[in-house]
Amino acid sequence: MGATAAQKILARASGKEAVRPGEYVMANIDLAMVHDSMGPVCEVLFRAGVDKVWDPDKIVCVLDHWNPPPTVRDAETYKFIRSAVKRLGIKHFYGQNAGVCHQVLIEKGHILPGMLVAGADSHTISYGALGAAASGIGHSDMAYVFATGKLWFKVPETIKFVIEGSLPPRVSSKDVILGLAGKYSVEAAQYKAVEFTGATCNDMSIASRITMCNMAVEIGAKFAFFETDRKTTDYLRERTGKPFNAVAADSDAPYESVYHEDVSTLEPQVAFPFSVDNVRPVSKAGGIRIDQAVIGSCTNARLEDLRMAAEVMAGRKVHPDVRLLVIPASWDVYRDAIREGIIMRLSESGAIICNAGCGPCMGGHMGQLASGESCIATINRNFKGRMGSPGSELYLASPATVAASAITGKITDPRGL
Amino acid sequence: MISNIKGRVWKFGDNVDTDVMTSGKYLNLPMDEMKGHTFEAMRPEFAQQAKPGDVIVAGRNFGCGSSRETAPAALKALGIGAVVAESFARIFYRNAIAIGLPAVICPGAASLGSDGDEAEVDLASRKVTDHTSGKVLEFPAFPDEMLKVLEAGGIEPLLKQMKNA
Repeated sequence: MGATAAQKILARASGKEAVRPGEYVMANIDLAMVHDSMGPVCEVLFRAGVDKVWDPDKIVCVLDHWNPPPTVRDAETYKFIRSAVKRLGIKHFYGQNAGVCHQVLIEKGHILPGMLVAGADSHTISYGALGAAASGIGHSDMAYVFATGKLWFKVPETIKFVIEGSLPPRVSSKDVILGLAGKYSVEAAQYKAVEFTGATCNDMSIASRITMCNMAVEIGAKFAFFETDRKTTDYLRERTGKPFNAVAADSDAPYESVYHEDVSTLEPQVAFPFSVDNVRPVSKAGGIRIDQAVIGSCTNARLEDLRMAAEVMAGRKVHPDVRLLVIPASWDVYRDAIREGIIMRLSESGAIICNAGCGPCMGGHMGQLASGESCIATINRNFKGRMGSPGSELYLASPATVAASAITGKITDPRGL
Repeated sequence: MISNIKGRVWKFGDNVDTDVMTSGKYLNLPMDEMKGHTFEAMRPEFAQQAKPGDVIVAGRNFGCGSSRETAPAALKALGIGAVVAESFARIFYRNAIAIGLPAVICPGAASLGSDGDEAEVDLASRKVTDHTSGKVLEFPAFPDEMLKVLEAGGIEPLLKQMKNA
């Protein structure tokens, strides 16, 4: 019997020949990621009397949630984090001009195929786009990783999605993953690893693959994987010279389930409040009126996303009753979008261009919603009160659908514009 | 390790997310302030009325969403003694164990009883009893890796023990 990608990586990281689903292993972590969570991680460490980390070269810290700090309290937290970074000798620190941690780790060449990565953020799973086994943990577990370099894992079952068919124009990987959430529910992959395969996945850019893996956590997944291919190696070649061992599932790997999907006639999808699996095709969205539109977050704010938004807007103006926030996923994305003229075009359409970072995605700052307001966003979650008032509503969609909706002031099919 | 937890049942449904436990807009507050907003968007009375030993009983996928450890930490800070659910989202589950809050995977939890019942969780004999409905459910043992963390009272005391060992 062969092994899945998750089994192979966990076996290697725990020094075993092979591991079985359901087994518990103590694994060596190849890379640890923290963002603003560095603060609480270090509080736990220092209270426990630990002032040395297992390997300062294997920790990456990116400040993205409250950057730049909107309050004095947040400024104090950032001051504490900066001093802790120095005290622990953390080698890879991005304090500003960087962006959302996940985008930064991927585009700065920290992530390699076959790695086992723990991150103190649920969307750490995004790194599976490059073939890494990456998973989110909390800050106490991360303190344990900082101190020991190890973490226990339950070896997950794996489910496989085989996705075939060419995506229609203005339908993107965001629509694919929202469609899967709608069809299979938010617990479809609970405690499980997910492998995305098939011709559609092979055709996807690295950016589109990141979107898919990013949202795999919204169907409960522990790890998500794309196969390492020519696109992966080309992407890495521009970013790092570090060697790696790509891991591929065996052809006789044991899958708990295999789902076959044809996306050749897929419509743009919209997740309605307050659950990511409350999904309807845009044609059944009923023209919901919106007050705010957000193109941002680690899910969908890369160059191809901003390019698509600018294409859909095509010089038209944002509806006068709508605020459109554009928040590039990183400063590299921001600069590329400036070079391409995308930022100028979006700005002329009336978009508010914000600093690269998490922004309002998790209700932090830079675009909170008032009670009774509705927002359509390219982000990953639409839980009650996530972006502000518990009386507000949040709809999730692709960059194309969000851009189209910003123009008309109501949820709109981007294919008709 | 506390073996008996007794208190009022706070009943929840499926897919309760960590944003409703501790909303993003309060994440930068100290826990003393943050805990007062726990479940604000869903059950605004919770933070005022929760008492030490109370038990959360929930359906499937409890704690889905963000990896924020403040979610179980706020429950613990309000005195919640255990969370009993049909199933948990994995990061919430890890986090609860990591801070020493027993998260009990208990098949049948959703049918245990009603909100406001008196319930008891016995970790040693692995039983949940709803004294109001009279229903008793058994739950499987914690694996050794988790038991070690729970018995230490969480990761922080475990790290202290390791430091002093």
